Amino acid sequence: MSTTAIAVAEHENYLNKEYGIKSWLLTTDHKRIALLYLMSITFFFFIGGFFALLIRLELLTPAGDLVQADTYNKLFTMHGMVMVFFFLIPVVPATLGNFLVPMMIGAKDLAFPRINLLSWYLYMIGGVLIMHCMLTGGVDTGWTFYTPYSTAFTNTKIIEAGLAAFVAGFSSIFTGLNFIVTVHRMRAPGMTWSRLPLFIWSQYATSIIMILGTPVIAITIVLVAAERLFHLGIFDPKLGGDPLLFQHLFWFYSHPAVYIMILPSMGIISEIIPCFSRKRIFGYKFVALSSIGIAVLGFLVWAHHMFVAGMSVYAALVFSFLSFLVAIPSAIKIFNWTATMYKGSISYQTPMLYAFGFLGLFTIGGLTGLFLASLGIDVHVTDTYFVVAHFHYIMVGGVLMGYLGGMHFWWPKISGRMYPEGWGRLAALIVFIGFNLTFFPQFILGYLGMPRRYWDYSHMPEFQILNVLSTAGSTILGVGYLLPMVYFLWSMRYGKLAPDNPWNAAGLEWKTSSPPTTYNFDETPVVDFEAYDYEHIPDREVPGES
Amino acid sequence: MSHSSAATAPNPALRHHFAEMEQQKNAASLGMWLFLVTEIMFFGGMFCAYLIYRLQHFNDFAAASQSLSIKLGATNTAVLITSSLTVVLAVHAARHGKRKLLVLYLLATIVLGCTFLGVKAVEYTDKFKEHHVPGPSFNFAPEYMQGHPEQSPVDMRHAEMFFSLYFVMTGMHALHMIIGVGLFSGLTWLAWKGRYTKDYYTPIEMAGLYWHFVDVVWIYLFPLLYLISRHR
Ligand code: HEM
Ligand SMILES: [Cu+2]
Repeated sequence: MSTTAIAVAEHENYLNKEYGIKSWLLTTDHKRIALLYLMSITFFFFIGGFFALLIRLELLTPAGDLVQADTYNKLFTMHGMVMVFFFLIPVVPATLGNFLVPMMIGAKDLAFPRINLLSWYLYMIGGVLIMHCMLTGGVDTGWTFYTPYSTAFTNTKIIEAGLAAFVAGFSSIFTGLNFIVTVHRMRAPGMTWSRLPLFIWSQYATSIIMILGTPVIAITIVLVAAERLFHLGIFDPKLGGDPLLFQHLFWFYSHPAVYIMILPSMGIISEIIPCFSRKRIFGYKFVALSSIGIAVLGFLVWAHHMFVAGMSVYAALVFSFLSFLVAIPSAIKIFNWTATMYKGSISYQTPMLYAFGFLGLFTIGGLTGLFLASLGIDVHVTDTYFVVAHFHYIMVGGVLMGYLGGMHFWWPKISGRMYPEGWGRLAALIVFIGFNLTFFPQFILGYLGMPRRYWDYSHMPEFQILNVLSTAGSTILGVGYLLPMVYFLWSMRYGKLAPDNPWNAAGLEWKTSSPPTTYNFDETPVVDFEAYDYEHIPDREVPGES
Repeated sequence: MSHSSAATAPNPALRHHFAEMEQQKNAASLGMWLFLVTEIMFFGGMFCAYLIYRLQHFNDFAAASQSLSIKLGATNTAVLITSSLTVVLAVHAARHGKRKLLVLYLLATIVLGCTFLGVKAVEYTDKFKEHHVPGPSFNFAPEYMQGHPEQSPVDMRHAEMFFSLYFVMTGMHALHMIIGVGLFSGLTWLAWKGRYTKDYYTPIEMAGLYWHFVDVVWIYLFPLLYLISRHR
């Protein structure tokens, strides 16, 4: 298959095998479903980004002058909901995960191709609901839906938004279930557990969280909806219920959910760094098992979101301690990646630039997580911009950097074309600068005491300068995100044809043609080599490297 | 456990991305078990809420629980356990390729499932008539406290919470029963048309697993909701 360096222009592949809308909407090919997801998720990313831009514009001046207070509440709620449930959670598993999981283990497809298609339809139904909800008034509770405000007071569209998250939740349950079964049952001969690419390990750990956590948010939404519709007293203190129970149930899912977001990106970084350092990953077992460690420990720390909610001090102590523990597996990964690069022959292609960005930004995000996990500091900075900066460093700095790195890394495989390397590096740089300019000032703002979710800060005008910096950064960041979309689209038509293995990378997905055929491999591959076997792969001549 | 008889031609039920029937079947059953794990987490959230409040407001919950009909609840428990038996028999019939018997047991399961739902509907109607449905018209008469002269008066709000949870939990369970009955109806039709042979009856087995799970949920719901300190 890969004897010729340059792929033949129009070999039959999954993209040109069939044409027409129907061949896409009824496809069960994991690669086509990945592209369906890619398009819809990108759409929601820009919707969410639009809200973000409005939020930042409002905060440009201390007075609440651009929008009304109510509107502002809806803006940040819809921003959070769209970004969390319709972008960050599905983004890597449903696009790159869908595309790569079968290919990386030498399978023809996921175990349940029709359920895979169903999951995309569920996602779309959720998406239509959230769009409808948005256009007819939206929700103003924040993405966290705290009771009793959400069940007894607000008159915005809680039920519809809840339903949207509920339905989209099932799409991620099905994705997770599909991945786990696929990894257990569909590996090619010789693909043992200790030869699995680390991207697979991370998807596997993510899937565990998806199937254990998501049902809990589903039932929580059902309870909220029932309380709101039928006047039940489960969370409403006026009716005898306990709002803290809601917060426990909510965070029991929503803390692990942050690992649903970050683990897949960590998997991408584990693929990129060995390839562009030309070295086997340092400490394969530790990196693999730390993903599982994160999945398990991630379920034990949820109440660190509730330190000031009126929980018992002893419980707070325990959750604080456990939150510190969860930093250990994350740190293991960072150290192993760094050790992988040590004495490697590093090259600075676009994917690697994003990997560098990930390392720096995730580290800052994780360390500030430890600040927040310390009870004393948290009392001071909870509900301020410090928290906002913390989670954006991880979710935008970490997840998105990993995702974009992965998109560039695998784009030749997905599209059969090379993206323009110069533009790629430029965009990576713009994203990095724009990101830090947007979010670093927010750490300072929060530390100085600017509360989150305020639309008017005219009683503290001294905060304006930092807010202006942040807003300026967000426009740069926006450009950084638009660029890849433009040149990816451009490259589909005008990009250079991609060879089967443009990076000389290890891994089964590079042993098939670019783009792959519908069943990925002409015959089931037999794996007789270890993962990341870069010692035995000849050095490459990388296109674009001069 | 597939009979590796001289079937050299691939089974028509084998999907393209699997190498052999064995692999396909293993994938399906692992998938089903994982799905049941998600169901455990789904019901787990409610059980957790219920148990916490029951511990906090034990007397009120006990009093409210007295108003549930043990007779109807026990009947339903028996009905469901029987239906689990018919499901097992259906799978057995499928394994031996007995089409008519398979259809018969599937129909029996559907009838038992509908019986359960019917009894449940009667119970709900009773609750409705007694004003035990949470909401503006909720009213909990203290006659259910007759067996408890020593206890403090019932807090209506907590009794109402009991019924809130009762309706949500049994309602979710009933919804799963309805889905199960629908599932079995489809399977009965396909079984009648001869879709399942002794080499391929995975869907019957999977639906059976689901049905057993829904039964087990009821086995926990019944004592938790109906049998709070009934011995007094
Ligand atoms: C090193 C591990 C981490 C620790 C110890 C940690 C700790 C914390 C703590 C204690 C809070 C609560 C702050 C407060 O509300 O006062 C928090 C908030 C948050 N964290 Fe982390 N975190 C970690 C990793 C992550 C990751 C990986 C993500 C996302 C991918 C994330 C996303 C969030 C979000 C979204 C919030 C705010 C939720 C809200 O209130 O809206 N965190 N973190
Ligand atoms: Cu958390």
